[in-house]
Amino acid sequence: MPQYVLSVWHDQPYDDLDFNSPETQRMVAQVSDFNASLEKAGVWVFGAGLRPASTATVVRAAGGNVSMIDGPYAETKEQMGGFWVIEAPDLDAALDWAGRAAAACEGPIEVRPTEGA
Amino acid sequence: MTDPLADVFRREAGRCTATLIRVLGDIDLAEDAVAEAFAIAAEQWPVKGLPPNPGGWITTTARNRAIDRLRRDSTRTDRHVAAHRLRGEDMDPDQNPELDDLDGFVDVVPDDQLRLMFLCCHPALAADAQVALTLRLLGGLDTPEIARAFLIPEPTLAQRIVRAKRKLRDNHAPYRVPRAAELPDRLHAVLTTVYLIYTEGHTASSGDTLTRVDLSREAIRLGRVLTELMPDEPEAVGLLALMVLTEARRPARTAIDGSMIRLADQDRTLWDGAFITEGHALVRACLRRNQPGPFQIQAAIAAVHADAGTANQTDWSQIVALYDLLVALNANPVVALNRAIALAELHGPAAGLEALQSLDAGVLADYQPYYAARADLLARAGQPHEAAAAYDRAIHLSANATERRFLEARRAALAAPQP
Repeated sequence: MPQYVLSVWHDQPYDDLDFNSPETQRMVAQVSDFNASLEKAGVWVFGAGLRPASTATVVRAAGGNVSMIDGPYAETKEQMGGFWVIEAPDLDAALDWAGRAAAACEGPIEVRPTEGA
Repeated sequence: MTDPLADVFRREAGRCTATLIRVLGDIDLAEDAVAEAFAIAAEQWPVKGLPPNPGGWITTTARNRAIDRLRRDSTRTDRHVAAHRLRGEDMDPDQNPELDDLDGFVDVVPDDQLRLMFLCCHPALAADAQVALTLRLLGGLDTPEIARAFLIPEPTLAQRIVRAKRKLRDNHAPYRVPRAAELPDRLHAVLTTVYLIYTEGHTASSGDTLTRVDLSREAIRLGRVLTELMPDEPEAVGLLALMVLTEARRPARTAIDGSMIRLADQDRTLWDGAFITEGHALVRACLRRNQPGPFQIQAAIAAVHADAGTANQTDWSQIVALYDLLVALNANPVVALNRAIALAELHGPAAGLEALQSLDAGVLADYQPYYAARADLLARAGQPHEAAAAYDRAIHLSANATERRFLEARRAALAAPQP
């Protein structure tokens, strides 16, 4: 069965997100309901929220040397805030789930198929 | 067109490709196979004559060729799987495909063309890719033809088509007619794409007018296929009605020197009576269903214009009422602009200008028809100075030589502005 990655996007860094605010609490509840519906439908493969991009490290391996630098790879203000891997019979089914994810997260969701599934 | 092969190609290429995609499960494979089958037909038909069912012959031949190719390429695992799957069907893949009685072998499902339309117009594709893919797969146009028609470099268009096909394949886009719940939105995307193809052919924005007429004719053909396959969708009927009623005016739209003639100034005896009769019948048929939609209302507006023997006889109050309905269904600035123009005909240029004032100028800032309409209304309201400025802006924004000449002539005809 094809697998798709549904990623959650934020327009701005969310380092200062207040988890106790009613807005965030509402979204957390919505996402938790969405997760439950993914599991119930047998669609869930994996999913996780991500700490802000400021926590990222980029590692490179060139000629046997491993180097690392601070920061996310892409220097954009948009950030991926989390993702799901789902299993769906086809694109339309995946897009349908993405629509529900977008409603739960109150933000845009990018849908990408995995290679060779 | 006198060449029977070209005729069959026009009529059958989309249908054959649509069926082959279902049978083979792969767009590229289907396209190559159909092209190969037409190449064989080009060799055989002039000698042996046209088979009794040319479309069936092409489909069956294409399928056999595809199976041969899958066998040849079967070192690749995925192809091998596909070849294996195909072998299970009720035919001998090695059979020589020149026999007429092969016609019955491929199960041609009428829905195949619908499936393909929904696939080409999948909302995950950008509008320009939807148009290109529709023309390529359903219209049987080749890449240079489409690139010429849309005035874009061939490599750009080729890449657009390759990317769109890859996106559909990599994403496992389903090959089916959408379910009832999704149908209204998905159908709207299909109808919009067909209309985009039509208007591109109608505006004649290049010197190569012939190619443009072909685009309009192809859009009308696709519209006919849609109404045959979805007779219960009034918007599909509405779109076809809108296209044929607009097409009816084509002979009157340009003067002998190629310059543009406005609707009000057209010689209505040149309008195509057959298209108008067909359009009227279609408008009546869809409106009877009482599920009004944007295409049906635009068709009804075109029908009101078609009813008027001269421009003076136009029933503008009915047109304004139809635009009101359209604005209520689909409030966009372009519709509002056309409503303002109709309002000016009914209540005078001042009323039209007032309606224009209330439009969102930001959205229309680079929209040539907005300035052309404004210029015309200002001229009629006795404000030649302001009209000239609006014409200048419209001329600056026009990408079309014929249109630009028209606007320049209108500007020149203004009473000389007082300094």
